[in-house]
Amino acid sequence: MQDFCTYTARQLRQAIEKDSVKAADIASCLLARRNAVDKKVNGFAHFDKKLLLERAEALDANESKGPLSKIPIAIKDNICVKDELTTCSSKILDGFKAPYDATVVTRLKQAGTLLAGKSNMDEFAFGSSCETSCYGPTRNPYDLDRIPGGSSGGSAALVAADEVIAAIGSDTGGSVRQPAALCGVVGFKPTYGRVSRYGLIAFGSSLDQIGPITKDVTDCALLLKIIAGYDPMDSTSIDTDVPDYTTSLVKDVKGLKIGLPKEYFIEGLDKDVKEKVDQAVDLLKGLGAEFREISLPHTDYAVSVYYIVACSEASSNLARFDGVQYGLRSKKPSLLDMYKETRREGFGMEAKRRIILGTYALSSGYYDAYYLKAQKARTLIKQDFDEAFKSCDIILTPTTPTPAFKIGEKTKEPLKMYLSDIFTIPANLAGIPGISVPCGYSKGGLPIGLQFIARPFDEAGLIRAAYTYEQNAGFERIRPEL
Amino acid sequence: MDKQVYITTIGLEVHLQISTKTKAFCGCANEFGREPNSSTCPVCLGLPGSLPVLNKKYLEHAIKVAVALDCKILGSMKFDRKNYFYPDLPKNYQISQYDMPLSTGGSVEITSTAGARRIGITRVHMEEDAGKLIHDQKRPLSFIDYNRTGTPLLEIVSEPDISSPEEAHLYLSTLKAILEYLEVSDCNMQEGSLRCDANISVRPSSQKALGVKVELKNMNTFKGVRQALEYEEKRQVKILSSGKKLSQETRLWNAEKKITELMRTKEQAHDYRYFPEPDLVPFKISPGLVQEIRDTLPEMPNDKRLRFIKEYKISEYDAAVLVSDKAMSEFFSACVKLYPKPKNIANWLMGDISGYLNANNMEFGQLKMSPEALAEMLGLIDKGTISGKIAKDVVVDMISTGRSASDIVKDKGLTQIADAPEIEGFIEEVIGENDKVVDDYLSGKDKAMGFLIGQLMRKTKGKANPQMANELLKKRLSKEKR
Repeated sequence: MQDFCTYTARQLRQAIEKDSVKAADIASCLLARRNAVDKKVNGFAHFDKKLLLERAEALDANESKGPLSKIPIAIKDNICVKDELTTCSSKILDGFKAPYDATVVTRLKQAGTLLAGKSNMDEFAFGSSCETSCYGPTRNPYDLDRIPGGSSGGSAALVAADEVIAAIGSDTGGSVRQPAALCGVVGFKPTYGRVSRYGLIAFGSSLDQIGPITKDVTDCALLLKIIAGYDPMDSTSIDTDVPDYTTSLVKDVKGLKIGLPKEYFIEGLDKDVKEKVDQAVDLLKGLGAEFREISLPHTDYAVSVYYIVACSEASSNLARFDGVQYGLRSKKPSLLDMYKETRREGFGMEAKRRIILGTYALSSGYYDAYYLKAQKARTLIKQDFDEAFKSCDIILTPTTPTPAFKIGEKTKEPLKMYLSDIFTIPANLAGIPGISVPCGYSKGGLPIGLQFIARPFDEAGLIRAAYTYEQNAGFERIRPEL
Repeated sequence: MDKQVYITTIGLEVHLQISTKTKAFCGCANEFGREPNSSTCPVCLGLPGSLPVLNKKYLEHAIKVAVALDCKILGSMKFDRKNYFYPDLPKNYQISQYDMPLSTGGSVEITSTAGARRIGITRVHMEEDAGKLIHDQKRPLSFIDYNRTGTPLLEIVSEPDISSPEEAHLYLSTLKAILEYLEVSDCNMQEGSLRCDANISVRPSSQKALGVKVELKNMNTFKGVRQALEYEEKRQVKILSSGKKLSQETRLWNAEKKITELMRTKEQAHDYRYFPEPDLVPFKISPGLVQEIRDTLPEMPNDKRLRFIKEYKISEYDAAVLVSDKAMSEFFSACVKLYPKPKNIANWLMGDISGYLNANNMEFGQLKMSPEALAEMLGLIDKGTISGKIAKDVVVDMISTGRSASDIVKDKGLTQIADAPEIEGFIEEVIGENDKVVDDYLSGKDKAMGFLIGQLMRKTKGKANPQMANELLKKRLSKEKR
């Protein structure tokens, strides 16, 4: 039997159409691959073999005709799948089975995909390394001593390790793009409002977007087409047409104006990363793209602004985890003690840190100095992009300042950890779309990612630029040895 | 002796449940008295991942109230989160409005015997209701009914323009009448669809600045509001006159003991950490919608009052009382069409009928009597078929059974005796039995006449035509020479 795990979604679809591949066969491949490697990678938060086989059988029986029929996809553990464990990799949601499907999941089910488990993540998406999961860290398939990035580290690692064909992640400050970059796969954060957040367990509600993590740009376009679109259940989703992104899979950047923000090419940027990004710039120049230096002057404030806004929202979003209705409840005789003990026991260190930070920033007497000021600075950051897009169509940056770092390397220094999202955070603050595509490997063999950023709702433009780059980049994808 | 005069300042916060078909932010039925937790969904249960979507009807009703209270609709509005932990609040934050409410700056005109006065409305804002806790009386166990969670509320905050508990009561009745006319709420205080908190302070008349404010909660009737304010007014004056200081605090009305009790001091007050609700984006209210609602407002109590005075030539006071109850004013209007003497109708409605309702703790809407029935009865009085006195009993029968006046009169044999010889027969009996009283009368004691009339009425079971009885008795007595 073919090893379908190594296929892209498009390749697998072709095989299914040509050779009538059964979902059951795909599921067997998946199980075999998982048995072989997941003890090392730890990419799943929850995996139910029986359920996977049942689903495969149902897909075979119904001769599902959806556009992504039988394609196995992992869902990040902060996205609700009906009657399945949905725990945000947090002890406080231990045993919680969502009673409803997130809109994204409904759409994936309608498209015929084979849902293949919940991927591991930083607890409540709080982290850039997948180390804060209550199920233990996910490891980078390229170097098991290193982190896969986060918070959608499980999703990225599973795709990189060929444990699933594609995965769904969520991106609040880079949580899709950063792990995709560190694991050598493609990660897409759509425009805020493009994909419904209904059923995504909120971290920073004004920043969160769900996005696909795939093996190539083509798969990314296929998945985005399915999950994007207005949802009446999400008041922040935008009622605007969703183009067929596969028509943007065109190799052409001639005359495309690409901006290079000078604030992103700074000291501290890893040498290998800089080299690979420079090479990408040269390549795109050769293909006819017009480059110019641009300035995003408020970039320095992005990380601080982000942590105030995101933590403020998170402190309120996470208030509902109180032991009353669902999840963990610590036995204590008084209500107040029950609240305290449940949250003490249920939340990890990073979750506590962010809840306290956000609570502080919203407190009376501090609100103006922190939350309000951060919102004002956020507006300035957004204006930076508006201004920049007057002279360019696409902005090109490294996705991360360095390749994957060692497990444990930054856990004691949250500020250093926070800086690993320095290039991805601004797009979330501005609500604009971004994609990370692989652009080579460091001397140590670690993947490096290249980020394209576009105007709001110009996902099609991003796909075209990223696809053109990918198809012309000319380096061989190295599969991780596991 | 302290002869200090104190000035009382009161402001009221009214919470009004809006009777939309569905809840404020989800599609669950908005109904009172359902099986516990039978009207819930992921949104109103605050389940992880769920998102609110504003009910359009709720917004329209809210605008209706704001417009009727002469408030300015602020062109754009947003929702905010009010954060606090309580088990009846599943998200541990309430979606409310903080610094950009729906509307501000209105007023309500109250009319008392002292004349008309305007009470300012600070703001009318939208917010969701919490659930209900049910405590087991025997075990340390509590249950939560989430049916009420997410019910649409309006908070109507008055300016501190109210100067006495009596006036507070009048303001509430006037406000309630307006709200009833708008048909946006049941306005039922017992069922909790209308709730009221009060702020009260007193200060010596020589002092300009307002006194220390105390917030009162837990009043379940309008009468309770007045009693709580009366108690609190006295308590505060007593403390101030003894030279002690008041402290800013929240107190609960104990309806059984008829006292207010300390709930929390200012120091224990919550920091609600309000911040903009990121799940509901700020939006503009179109002037067109506001105008449309303004144009279709029903006749308001004040307009109706003026119309009643003009059309029916009834007194200011009568008109004010009649319109203060929507059902009563409608009954009056219907009755006037059938019976041409408005003043008579008003007298009966405001006298015997209101008295009966008050004594039996009933609402006007619960009357079984129809306007036709009352009109018929008034006609019977005019024709002399029944006496006004008999009518008092007939009306009670009509209210409680819904039967027509003529049926009751026929069944009970209440037709008035207007036959002179028949009455004269009874007069002879009375004179024969009351020798001494007749002597008294003849010796100039006018009071004796009343007694004799009373005796005559007793003999005729009240059916004698009072005018004839009076005249015939006088005539008969003038013939008596002793």
